[in-house]
Amino acid sequence: MKFSESWLREWVNPSLTTEELEVQVTMAGLEVDGVDAVAGEFSGIVVGQVVSKEQHPDADKLSLCQVSDGSETFQVVCGASNVREGLKIPFAKIGAVLPGNFKIKKAKLRGVESFGMLCAESEMGMSDSSDGLMELAENAPVGADIRDYLKLDDSIIEVDLTPNRADCLSIKGLAREVGTLNKEDVTEVAINPVAPSIDEKLTVNLEAIDGCPKYVGRIVKGVNLKAQTPLWMVEKLRRSGVRSIDPIVDVTNFVLLEQGQPMHAFDLAKLDGGIDVRMAKAGEALTLLGGQEVNLKDDTLVISDQSKVLAIAGIMGGEFSGVTVDTQNIFLEVAYFNPVSIAGKARNYGLHTDSSHRFERGVDYRLQAAAMERATQLILDICGGEAGPVVETIEESTMPSEVTVTLRSERVKQVLALELAKADISDMLTRLGMQVTETESGWTVNVPSYRFDISIEADLIEEIARIYGYNNLPVNTPVGALELEVVEEVNTPIQTIKQFWVDRGYQEAITYSFVDPKTQKLVDPEIDGLALANPISADMGVMRTNLWVGLIKAAEHNLNRQQDTVRLFETGLRFIPAEGELDQHQVISGLICGSRLSKGWGNASEKVDFYDLKGDVEEMLALGGQSAYRFEVGSHPALHPGQCAAIYKGDKKIGLMGALHPVLQKQLGIKAQLYVYELLLGDVIEGVLPEYKAVSKFPEVSRDLAFIVDESVQWTQVEEIIRSKAGDKLNSVTLFDVYRGQGIETGRKSLALGLTWQDPSRTLNDEEITSWVNDVVTSLTEGLAAQLRG
Amino acid sequence: MPSKSIEKFVEISFGAGILENLQNLVSAALANVKEAQDVQMLDQVRVDYLGKKGQITALLKTLGKLSNEERPKAGAKINEAKQQVEVAIREKKAALEGAALAEQLKSEGIDVTLPGRGQKAGGLHPVTRTLQRIESFFSNAGYSVEVGPEVEDNFHNFDALNIPAHHPARAMHDTFYFDAQTLLRTHTSPVQIRTMETQKPPIRIICPGRVYRCDSDVTHTPMFHQIEGLLVDKQVSFADLKGTVEQFLRVFFEDENLDVRFRPSYFPFTEPSAEFDIKWAASKTGWLEVGGCGMVHPNVLKSSGVDPEQYMGFAFGLGVERLAMLRYGVSDLRMFFENDLKFLQQFN
Repeated sequence: MKFSESWLREWVNPSLTTEELEVQVTMAGLEVDGVDAVAGEFSGIVVGQVVSKEQHPDADKLSLCQVSDGSETFQVVCGASNVREGLKIPFAKIGAVLPGNFKIKKAKLRGVESFGMLCAESEMGMSDSSDGLMELAENAPVGADIRDYLKLDDSIIEVDLTPNRADCLSIKGLAREVGTLNKEDVTEVAINPVAPSIDEKLTVNLEAIDGCPKYVGRIVKGVNLKAQTPLWMVEKLRRSGVRSIDPIVDVTNFVLLEQGQPMHAFDLAKLDGGIDVRMAKAGEALTLLGGQEVNLKDDTLVISDQSKVLAIAGIMGGEFSGVTVDTQNIFLEVAYFNPVSIAGKARNYGLHTDSSHRFERGVDYRLQAAAMERATQLILDICGGEAGPVVETIEESTMPSEVTVTLRSERVKQVLALELAKADISDMLTRLGMQVTETESGWTVNVPSYRFDISIEADLIEEIARIYGYNNLPVNTPVGALELEVVEEVNTPIQTIKQFWVDRGYQEAITYSFVDPKTQKLVDPEIDGLALANPISADMGVMRTNLWVGLIKAAEHNLNRQQDTVRLFETGLRFIPAEGELDQHQVISGLICGSRLSKGWGNASEKVDFYDLKGDVEEMLALGGQSAYRFEVGSHPALHPGQCAAIYKGDKKIGLMGALHPVLQKQLGIKAQLYVYELLLGDVIEGVLPEYKAVSKFPEVSRDLAFIVDESVQWTQVEEIIRSKAGDKLNSVTLFDVYRGQGIETGRKSLALGLTWQDPSRTLNDEEITSWVNDVVTSLTEGLAAQLRG
Repeated sequence: MPSKSIEKFVEISFGAGILENLQNLVSAALANVKEAQDVQMLDQVRVDYLGKKGQITALLKTLGKLSNEERPKAGAKINEAKQQVEVAIREKKAALEGAALAEQLKSEGIDVTLPGRGQKAGGLHPVTRTLQRIESFFSNAGYSVEVGPEVEDNFHNFDALNIPAHHPARAMHDTFYFDAQTLLRTHTSPVQIRTMETQKPPIRIICPGRVYRCDSDVTHTPMFHQIEGLLVDKQVSFADLKGTVEQFLRVFFEDENLDVRFRPSYFPFTEPSAEFDIKWAASKTGWLEVGGCGMVHPNVLKSSGVDPEQYMGFAFGLGVERLAMLRYGVSDLRMFFENDLKFLQQFN
C-alpha cells in the first residue's frame, strides 16, 4: 500500500523524521518497500496562467504564449500540445531551478525570446513520464509557489503489508498503528450522519447470506458529475497511486484509502428494481468496467438487480451500471463480504483490484455505516445532490462474531522470556483498539472488528512483542539435555559417499527435478513421468524418472563449451508413478565421458569406457564393507544392449549402469560416448559391520593359469567354477589379463588369472594345490570349453 | 706416522732394512689409497697390502722368525702400520661412496615443478557445501537431519501448517500442482509436520531440501533449496529463537559481531512470526533479509498431535542459494543449476 506521509500526519504526527518513521513501521512489521519524494527538488515554479497563445512564426509545433504570474506577464515559447488560453500551469520563471540542477534562463527558440518554461509533471519530478503540461485547477491561485500550492514537501511511502494486516490497508489503520508505536493519540476524521432529504430507497435482498451478511445502500439524487474533484483529494489519491476519474469514483476511492472500506456507486437510472446479493448462475455473463467480458461461475458472489448481474461482489463493477459524466442519480453500495467468499475469486477471473485485495483479507465488519456517511458527505460537498435514507440490510446469523481472547501474563512471560508491566501491556492493546479487562491471571481481550488476524493468545503475544520491539526482546541460547544418540555404524553417511565421488574426480551437479517431457520420453520411454498441471515452461513439464535426463543435459551444456571430459554425479529423488502410488526414492546417479585422466604430460590420453565407471561404482559399493553385490547383464531402453549391467544386492535390483545407447546418443545429438549409472541411495548407504577373521601365519601359495574361452563366456561364469572347485583354502582369484589377437583364434579370448591359497593352521603342500588346479582345469574345460594355455 | 720411539725400537730390533721396508710399505700403501679412483681400485689396494697375500700381511708372517722377546714389539709395530692403512682405506672408501652417491643423486634429479600425474579431484556443488556446513553447526548442537518427500499433498504442505484453502498466503506460494490434492512442496515445512507426527518431543531437527515455486527471473528459479530448523520442548521462548538464529548467522558468516535484526512478519504456521535481516553494506537499506522464523503456531502443534499447552517450539527457515550467494559472492542465482564446470570447479 502506498500512502502520502503528510496525509498520515494529518491523523497522527509523531516527532520523527521520514527516515525514522520508515524504520519504525518496518520494525513493527509493516515493511517499507520504498520512499519517494512526491516531487523532485526544484524552486522558482509558480502557478501561471496562459493569457494568450499564438503560433510561433517559424515553427509549426511551438506556441508563443503570454503567461501571467499574477503581477507580470512573460513571453514563453512552449512546445506542449495541450497549452491553451486560460489554462493554469506550473510556470518556471527565469532563475527557477528544476530537478537535476537545471537552471531556467532567458532563451531564444527559433528566433523568438522565451522568459521561462511551462512544466509537465515529469519535469518537476512528480512522475516518470507525462503527456503534455500539468493542468492545474481553474481556481488555482496565480502566482502561488507550486510547492506550497500542491503541498509537494511530502513523501510517498510504500509498505509491503503481509496478508494478515488488512487493518493497515487504510490511512486510518496506519495511523492507529503509528499512534500505538509512539503512544500518541490519533485524530480521527469526524463523521456525522447526513440526514436524508429525500425518501427514495432501494430494497436489498440478501440471498447469499454466507458471502454477504451486511449490505448498506443509499440513493443520492441530483449529483453533478461535471464538478471538479478538489485538489486536496486529487493529490491524496495521486500519492496513493490512484488516478482521478470523476468526483463520484474519486470519493469512493478516497473512502477506500482513508477508511479501508471498498464501496461502489451505481448509476440509479441503469438499475432495474431492487438489489439482490446472490451467487451467479452458470451461464451468466458480465461486462466489467474497462470492457472485459467474463462468464461467471456459480461459485461467484454477485450483485444483481431484477433483470441482470450488476457487479462481481467485492471485486469489480459492471460497465453498464457504472456512473458516467451524464449520471444524475446514484445508488451507493457499502457492504461487508466474507473473506472466504471473495478469496481466490478475483484471481480466477484474472483480476486483482483494490477492493478484492481488501475483502479477501478482511474489511472491518462494523465500518459500513460510517463509511457510507463519510462518502455521502463528500459527494454532497463536491457534487451536490439530495441523499436518501441509509438502508442497512443485515443477516446477524452470518455476521462475524466478536472474538474474545484470554491472555495470561504468565504465558507472555514464558514466550517472550520477559516480564512486562501489566499496565504497559494494557496500554499497548488498548491503543491497538482492543477492549481490555484485567483478570486475576491476565486479561480478557475483546478483539476489534478490523483485526481478522487475532483469535488466540499467541496472536496477542505477537502484538505485545511487536509493539515492544522484537529487537528489544531478550536473547537466549536454548538449553537441552545432552543425550547421546545412536548413529548406526553400518550406514555410510551420505557425505562420505559424495566425498568418494569427489575424490574420484567427479563434480557434483544439481539438476532440475522437472525435465523436458520429450527428452524424458527418449531416455525412459517405458514410463510415463508425472506431469505438472502448471509447468513454468514446456521444457520443465514432467518429473524426472531418473537423474540421467538432467545429467545428460548438463553434460551437453559442458561439451558444447569446449569441455571434452565430463564427470558428474548427483543425488536426489526420482519420481516413478506406479499403480496410483508415486515411488519417490533417493538415488545416486553419475555420468562420465571423455578422457580417462585429464590431459597432461604424464597421463595417457585414453578414453573412458564401461569399466572405468564400473570400477568407481564397485568401489562406492565397497564403502559399506559388503561384497554381496552382483553385476549381471541388464537392459534399459536408454542403454547399449551389449554394455548394460544390472546391479543386485542379494535378490534386490538396486540399479543400472552402462553405455548410453548409440541411437539415443544420435537422437540427442551427442557425439562423445556417455556412460551412466544410477543406484538406490538407501541400498548404497546400508552396509555391514566388519567381522574379524584370524590372520594366517602360514605362507600363501599362488598359481597363475591362462585359459582360452569363447567370447561369449562371462567372467563370472569362470569365477564361479573356480570358486567351487579350487577347494576351501582358496583365498583369492585375480583376473590379471584378458587377451585377444595373435595366437588366439577369432571369437575366443585368453584369460590369465592368479589363484592363491592359504590355510590358517599349516603350510599347504604341493600335491593339494596341484589337485585343486587339476579340478579347476577339468571343470573349466568341461563346463565352458576352456582350453588351458601351456 | 710412527712415533720417534717406535722408529727407534724397530731400528734396534730389525735393523734399518726392515724398518725402511715397513715404512716404505706404509707410504706406498697410503699413496695407492690416495690415488684410488673408485671402490674397485681401492679394494685392490686393500688386497695388495692387507689381503691374505698382501705385503703387510706377509711381514706379519715373518714374526715367527723373531725371538720371543722381540716378537710382541715387532708384531705391535706391524699391526699399527696395518691399522694405519686400514683407516686410510676406510676413509677413502667413505669419500668415494659419498662422491658416487652424490653423482647418482645428481643424475637422478627431476623437474619437481612438473604437474603431478593422475585423476584430479572433483568437488561438491556449492549448495551442498553450504548445506553441509549448516548441518554440521546444528548437528554439533544436537539437532538431527530429517528429509521428506518433494511431491507432497495439500495437507502437509498447507492445511497442517495452518494455511487453509483460499488463504491469501496460499496464493502467494506460486505452487506447482499435479492435481487438486498433489503438489510440489513449496517449502521444507511439511517435514516438520511429518517429524512431529512420528516423533515425541523434545524435537530438535533441521530439514534441508529442494523446494519449488512457479516463479522464474533473475532472482528466482522454479526450484531452490531451503533449510529449516525446528525445536519443540517444554520451555522454548522467542528469546531462544533469537539466540539460535543470531548465533547461526554469526557462525555461518564467521563474524561474531554480525548485526542481526528481527522484524515482525507473517507466516500462518508461526506466531509470533519474524523475518531476520543481516547488516549488509551493499544493500539499499543497509540490511538484507535472509530468512523467516517464529514460534510454532499452536494449530500446527495440534495438527501434528502435540499438545500446545504442554509444549512450545520455534522454527526458522532460510534459502540456501541466497546464503551461498552471499558467502561466495555469486551474483546470478541461475548459475547454480546450469552445472557449468567452470562455475562448479570454483568451489572445489
